[in-house]
Amino acid sequence: MIDLVTFIPRAIGQGIPLLYGCTGEILTEKSGNLNLGIPGVMYVGAISGVIGSFLYENSVGAGNPLNGFLAIMIPMVCSLIGSLIMGLIYCFLTVTLRANQNVTGLAMTTFGVGFGNFFGGSLIKLSGADVPSVALTRTSNFFSVSLPFAKNLGWFGKIFLSYGFLAYLGIVVALIAGYMLKHTRVGLHLRAVGEGPSTADAAGISVSKYKYVATCIGCMIAGLGGLYYVMDYACGVWSNDAFGDRGWLAIALVIFTIWSPNIAIFASILFGGLYIVYLYIPSGIDHMELKELYKMIPYVVTLVVLVITSMRDKKENQPPASLGLSYFREER
Amino acid sequence: MSKKDAAVELRNITKTFGSVVANENVNLEIYKGEILALLGENGSGKTTLMNMLSGIYFPDSGEISIDGEPVVIKNPRDAFRLGIGMVHQHFKLIDVLTATENIILGLDGKLNIKEATAKIREICDKYGFEVDPNQKIYDMSVSQKQTVEIVKVLFRGAEILILDEPTAVLTPQETEKLFKVLRAMRDDGKAIVIITHKMHEVESLSDRVAVLRHGEYIGDMETKETNAQEMTNMMVGHAVTLNIERPEPVDPKPRIVVKNLTVKNEEGIVKLDDVSFTANSGEILGIAGISGCGQKELLEAIAGLQKAETGSIEYIRSDGSVESLIGKDPLEIADMGVTLSFVPEDRLGMGLVGNMDLADNMMLRSFRRGKSMFTDRKAPAKLAKSVVEELDVVTPNISTPVRRLSGGNVQKILVGREISSSPKVLLTAYAVRGLDINSSYTIYDLINRQKKKGVAVVFVGEDLDVLLQISDRILVLCGGKVSGIVDGRTADKNQVGLMMTKVGGEKNE
Amino acid sequence: MSKNNTNNEPLIHISKRDVLPWHKAWGVRALAILAALVVCAIVSVALTGDNPISIYKTIFVGAFGTARKTWVTLQSVSILLIISLALTPAYKMRFWNIGGEGQVLVGALATAACMIVIGDKVPNGVLILIMVVSSIGAGAVWGLIPAIFKAKWNTNETLATLMMNYIATQLVAYYTVVWEVPKGSGKIGIINQQTNAGWLPQLGNKYLLSIVVALIITVALYIYLKYSKHGYEVTVVGESERTAQYVGMKVNKIIIRTMLLSGALCGVAGLLLVGGINHTVTTTIANGQGFTAVMVSWLAKFNPITMIFTSFLIIFLERGAGEISTVFGLNHSFSDILTGIILFFIIGCEFFISYKVSFRKKEKEAK
Repeated sequence: MIDLVTFIPRAIGQGIPLLYGCTGEILTEKSGNLNLGIPGVMYVGAISGVIGSFLYENSVGAGNPLNGFLAIMIPMVCSLIGSLIMGLIYCFLTVTLRANQNVTGLAMTTFGVGFGNFFGGSLIKLSGADVPSVALTRTSNFFSVSLPFAKNLGWFGKIFLSYGFLAYLGIVVALIAGYMLKHTRVGLHLRAVGEGPSTADAAGISVSKYKYVATCIGCMIAGLGGLYYVMDYACGVWSNDAFGDRGWLAIALVIFTIWSPNIAIFASILFGGLYIVYLYIPSGIDHMELKELYKMIPYVVTLVVLVITSMRDKKENQPPASLGLSYFREER
Repeated sequence: MSKKDAAVELRNITKTFGSVVANENVNLEIYKGEILALLGENGSGKTTLMNMLSGIYFPDSGEISIDGEPVVIKNPRDAFRLGIGMVHQHFKLIDVLTATENIILGLDGKLNIKEATAKIREICDKYGFEVDPNQKIYDMSVSQKQTVEIVKVLFRGAEILILDEPTAVLTPQETEKLFKVLRAMRDDGKAIVIITHKMHEVESLSDRVAVLRHGEYIGDMETKETNAQEMTNMMVGHAVTLNIERPEPVDPKPRIVVKNLTVKNEEGIVKLDDVSFTANSGEILGIAGISGCGQKELLEAIAGLQKAETGSIEYIRSDGSVESLIGKDPLEIADMGVTLSFVPEDRLGMGLVGNMDLADNMMLRSFRRGKSMFTDRKAPAKLAKSVVEELDVVTPNISTPVRRLSGGNVQKILVGREISSSPKVLLTAYAVRGLDINSSYTIYDLINRQKKKGVAVVFVGEDLDVLLQISDRILVLCGGKVSGIVDGRTADKNQVGLMMTKVGGEKNE
Repeated sequence: MSKNNTNNEPLIHISKRDVLPWHKAWGVRALAILAALVVCAIVSVALTGDNPISIYKTIFVGAFGTARKTWVTLQSVSILLIISLALTPAYKMRFWNIGGEGQVLVGALATAACMIVIGDKVPNGVLILIMVVSSIGAGAVWGLIPAIFKAKWNTNETLATLMMNYIATQLVAYYTVVWEVPKGSGKIGIINQQTNAGWLPQLGNKYLLSIVVALIITVALYIYLKYSKHGYEVTVVGESERTAQYVGMKVNKIIIRTMLLSGALCGVAGLLLVGGINHTVTTTIANGQGFTAVMVSWLAKFNPITMIFTSFLIIFLERGAGEISTVFGLNHSFSDILTGIILFFIIGCEFFISYKVSFRKKEKEAK
């Protein structure tokens, strides 16, 4: 039997990066941009934060204590800037230069993952560690600090209060994004841009501006998912390729959540659970190979979900009508 | 004319798209309290000119003044600020949003749906519009959508109203209602521009007419001092005859017999309801109806592209033998030896492939011929050449992508290919939509020639005047039902219009 | 009316071009590659401190320094080329198959399975025949599954093929544990090292086989897409499904048939990787080439002949960047960064081929 009190916190921990990625991609897709570069963006977001905190830790020196505010702000700002630059590259190519979104996204992923692993590898070399990873434990301690009384509340504290602030921020960001899309003028305009750019344009909405802003903010949110993964979930340990394919799962989740950040909160935790469920299925010491099959579960479930969502064909559940297309006003 | 205040003055406006000159040195005034009809053939630059006023395009050169003040209109927002509102021919509405959301799109300030809804109701009451502000656009009929567009413009307090071919999709009754509203707005002191090429509308609605031809401004005149013939001559640049030929049917015999046909679309909505009729050889059967009343489904069902729920479609050969077309796809129909040609409404999205060249488009129907694994490219190239020559298609050569041709030439290619197989049945949907007058007459002529050859022609049209001139019989559809079948030679336009809105057409509201 | 009002006008004006003559279009692309190489050099110089000339020299040495290096480069080009070719029919149909990775993997897995399970039970000729059939079949099935979903329910093929990649990866991981030699090593190791059973025959040297196969597929696919009835159907379906239905094409059948072909060709790449080159299978044997191939195919505008050059360009850079990282002790992901930069430039330059940018002159004539 799965021990829920240990399982749920781990599932949530796995789910938060997905949630960041998913929320970011929802905003991006609502503007009509299908950003397949999210996996790369999340790598860049993570490594930028790692670089920032690495430099900060080294400048402070091994013996001296870190300033809590700086220890959090430096990696966060670095991460946001890194993913913002990725967003700007994507927008410049697809919005300003109207390039094919799929190809641009894939190139971003190649670049971003390479960027992450390159600088990750360089830092590992610089730190001179004998394991292939960089440990930023001191910074991580600030990221993973949870409420002091959480430990006294038993299972309740463990399930709901045992996370670092980025986990809660992820949920808050998703809620804000959900509210923004549904109840504000900016949200209405954003939806209009994704559904019918020429209509939005004729209504005086600056299509390029919305696409740029939504995509860049989306990238920054996604980048925070990468940061959360290293600093909190992985306890500040960066090793190359450890982040894996979470970025792709986040993109797939968008369809599952029918473009709703609120649903994304639950969906990402569910998928976080699926991601680690293989650890909880007993396979016996003689059949370690079965573990590899269990690791397939999140992908199989995603595939099944994709097929099921495509079977029920409802007008409101469709992707933004202009998703994947670039807009040119004087198209004739 | 000098008594009136000019709301808008356009001076020496020029706009080019690549190598195409859309407008050249156009000068035009628009006055307050006046309805101006902007006349011109398709492709004469009317819409482009007005798009520059509404901020969609930016002129290459020239000046625009509003109320005597020179202005720069960089984007639609500038246009709103200056009180310019445009109702586009292709509605600028977002399907998944409600009427209210569409109307307030692009405005500033805090989002307050309730307040906006109240204001929309107020406008509707003032002019007598019937709109449910909370209805989603995809649930609306064409005329409802148009109403939303007009309300949108009024909501923004537009003083200068531009309508691009607003009546193309309306019934005569809806058109009359729209005109009433427009006249009320004019009397309110608003400046109104209506883009159209329908002469009788110009005559009944406008105060003044301005004519464009090939992107150039030709001249203007008071509507009451001119007539349809003079305006048409100005539009085309030379004298034209406005009559469509209607030869007597040759030996009409039943060719296509449709009985109790019911068709549902993908969403399960009934699009054709118990439709029965016969199309005879050597005769043109016109199909009239508000757009979206089942015309598309009817043609597609005959062509084997639409699944039928119930009913039968039979093809009767010249020797009297009967074939059932129901449940067959286009390939099976062709394999039965039934030569059925179909000129669909969506020319570049269905009838042709825009990115392919003329020759490759010619073989769309015939590429399967022969046992070889490879396609034969010689015969289609020959056919393409002969179509280009016979129908005067303007194209650099036959390896030009079809997309780069003008609307009229695209249609000539499509019709040319469809009749090249010497069909027994010819289905056409909105065959002259978007074409200039010369091309339209070429198409009418081609269709009439098919009729004389004994082809059963089904002609779906939107312009009732044309339908009444070309058809031998007219089948009127209303909400997917057959409202009636009338004789094209004796039918009355108003009667057909009523049948379009109400099955049977009796007036008892 | 003589007030001038030239303030506020948009300064840059963008309009669509008619068509750029092909030599100008290729000129633009060449310029973009040149610019990209300059940026790459700047990045490399910044990271290595070496001078740019020797950076370029290192890149060239990495790709063509020795006869062996040249052969390896050509062999890598051939594999990437085969995968790119495999994806091309799908893209022509606007079916965004990013599942090349998985399709190659299952092809590789099937090959390895044959070699391991029946390697010593049947004559070598028969074994190779079975390997060919099963790898092609496995790849085809992996392409078929998302195609059926797409045809039946219009399931998003990009994400479906992506998930199929991971499922394939886990399948390989599963069998890696099942077949690992020695137990607990987590690796299969070289298969049939003693008997060489199932090792594909060599043509002259051990590199030539995949190069020849790649060239044959290039020519065959070029002819298939350009002159065959199937190729014509693929183009029409890609341009407009409505048109395809209108002329009586069976769209679903065409989607499924084309994806079978796409997957089968990926299976060939898997066969060559395991049977001809590596003689083992790992989860990373496709090495991200399924994704790189997407870009190779797109850069070549889906033209098989042009693809020879685009796949060559990518491999040349990868090998060169690999050399730089070895020489200067950098991480091997360096080549991904350079590839990314080059791709950004080439992707971006297409804009200048389809659009014209003109700057509005500040005209001061008052008339």
